[in-house]
Order: sequence, then structure tokens, then C-alpha cells
Amino acid sequence: MMPEISLNVLDVAENSTRAKASLVEISVAVDTKADTLVIQIKDDGCGMTEEQLSHVEDPFFTTRTTRKVGLGVPFFKMAALAAGGDFSIESKPGAGTCVTAVFGLSHIDRMPLGDMTSTIHTLIIFHKDVDFRYTYEVDGRSFTLDTREFREVLGDVPFDEPEVSAYIKEYLTENKKETDGGISI
Amino acid sequence: MKSLEELKAIRERMQGQVGLRSEDSSQTRVVVGMATCGIASGARPVLTTLSDAVQERHLDNIAVTQTGCIGLCQYEPIVEVMEPGKDKVTYVKMNPEKALEVVEKHLIRGQVVQKYTLNAENIK
Repeated sequence: MMPEISLNVLDVAENSTRAKASLVEISVAVDTKADTLVIQIKDDGCGMTEEQLSHVEDPFFTTRTTRKVGLGVPFFKMAALAAGGDFSIESKPGAGTCVTAVFGLSHIDRMPLGDMTSTIHTLIIFHKDVDFRYTYEVDGRSFTLDTREFREVLGDVPFDEPEVSAYIKEYLTENKKETDGGISI
Repeated sequence: MKSLEELKAIRERMQGQVGLRSEDSSQTRVVVGMATCGIASGARPVLTTLSDAVQERHLDNIAVTQTGCIGLCQYEPIVEVMEPGKDKVTYVKMNPEKALEVVEKHLIRGQVVQKYTLNAENIK
């Protein structure tokens, strides 16, 4: 079990990068009226066959060879269902995969969202060849980070150059604060 | 909202200064396990701490990267240090404080922090 939802997001997005995605789109949407927290991770990676898809929520299924269990997706699903939510995965070989988790926002068993800034920052810095588009929305206010825009400005300056890395972190921190007013979700 | 203008300014300052970082055989690699097992036990702050510390101290010959499951899930977070010409050192049950100690003692001064290594664990 992950102590915060942002770690589930990191874990599942790592799957996307391992599926050779070139673009991973992550969105976090908070809606206090509907009392939901909706998280979506969508990639254009290699996708899964129907056979794989039917097993992916099973903890005793994994494509890995180092051990016999795969808990990433089951953990994410469990966290959503425990919070009165919903969970779904759509995937097509060659087209990509889309994971959607809905959490009951005010549900007592919902884990805190946690440090999404660190999750997105870690993904960007350690996957230089993958593009990320991150959208964070709270009751209609939102911001988006798109590494393709950054790449266009930066040219050959890499994301892990200290100044650039710091900029990305500040971009996430400041825009998050302006979007949610600094409340912890 | 933070704008792309600031990024343009950084780019202008950096232009021409960015040396191609050599990924040659003389480079030390520090690898953090970032599969479900690693992430669940706290690998994200360990990775960030190592990468920040290496940058702050300008240890240009060290590359911090991540990998999947190393296969020793019960010992996560795991950090492997691979120095050219030396045996791989595997640090287990890491946290940001221990990671900083490894940076200071091992990566800078060349002394393996034995007490955090896999060898120090009593493996039955």
C-alpha cells in the first residue's frame, strides 16, 4: 500500500515509460462539489493485449522476471476502491494505455494526494527522452505543464541541468499554489 | 503563474556553456531502485536527495539514475554504487539521511559505508 496517492501515480507512470511511451499525460482533477478526485495516466506506449489486460489487476501477474508479483496497478485500484471510488484501464496493443482512478474526495479512507510536485519532477528529470503533459485542476482552476513546450524553448539544454531542474520544480510549486490556494488535498 | 519567459532567460544564459556530459567508462553510476517495492518504501526522496547532493557538490563524474526492481524487495530502498574497476556496492534500507552519508563518505572520500551495505545484513 502506498502512503500517498502521488506515489501510486509515480509508480504507474513508470510503467508507461517502460512501455516505451513518448508522451505520458497525467491529470489530477479535484471537484469539491462532486466530491471526487480523479486521476488519469495516459500513454502512447506499446499497450497491452486483451490477455494481459485481463490479468493486470491481479497481484500475481507481472511481466517482470525478477519476481512473481506485480503490485503497482492492484495498489492503485485498492486505494481508489477503498475511498468509495472507481478504477478502470483501457489499452490497445500499439496504441497505448489509459488508467483512470476516481477517489471519493472526502472519504475517510482516501489517502492524501501527497507531493505531486516531486512525482512529476522525478518523472521529467529521470526520463529525458519522454515527454510529459501534466494538468492539475481544482474546481475549474487549472494549470498545465508540457515538457514539449519546455523542450522547444531549451533546445539542447537538458532538463537535468541544475538551473532548469530548479525552474521545473518552481514552476510546479508556484502554479500548484495558485491553482489550489495552498490547501492540502 | 510562472512563465516560459524565465526559461528563455535560463536558456540564453546557458547557451554555449552546456558541455556534453561524458558518459564514459570513468564515470561512477549511482542507481536507485524505483519499482513499486522501492517507491512504496521511500525511494523517491532518496533519489531526489542523491541527485540534488551530487549537483550541489558539482560531482560531475557521477551519474544518478533509476532502475526497476532489483529483486530484493524486502531491502528497499536500495542504492547501488558502481565505480569503474571496483565491485558494485549495494546499500539497503536507505533513507535521505543515510544517502547523504553515502555521498560524503563513499562518493567524495571513497570509503564504503559498510554498515548500510547488503553484506552487513544478516542474510539467512
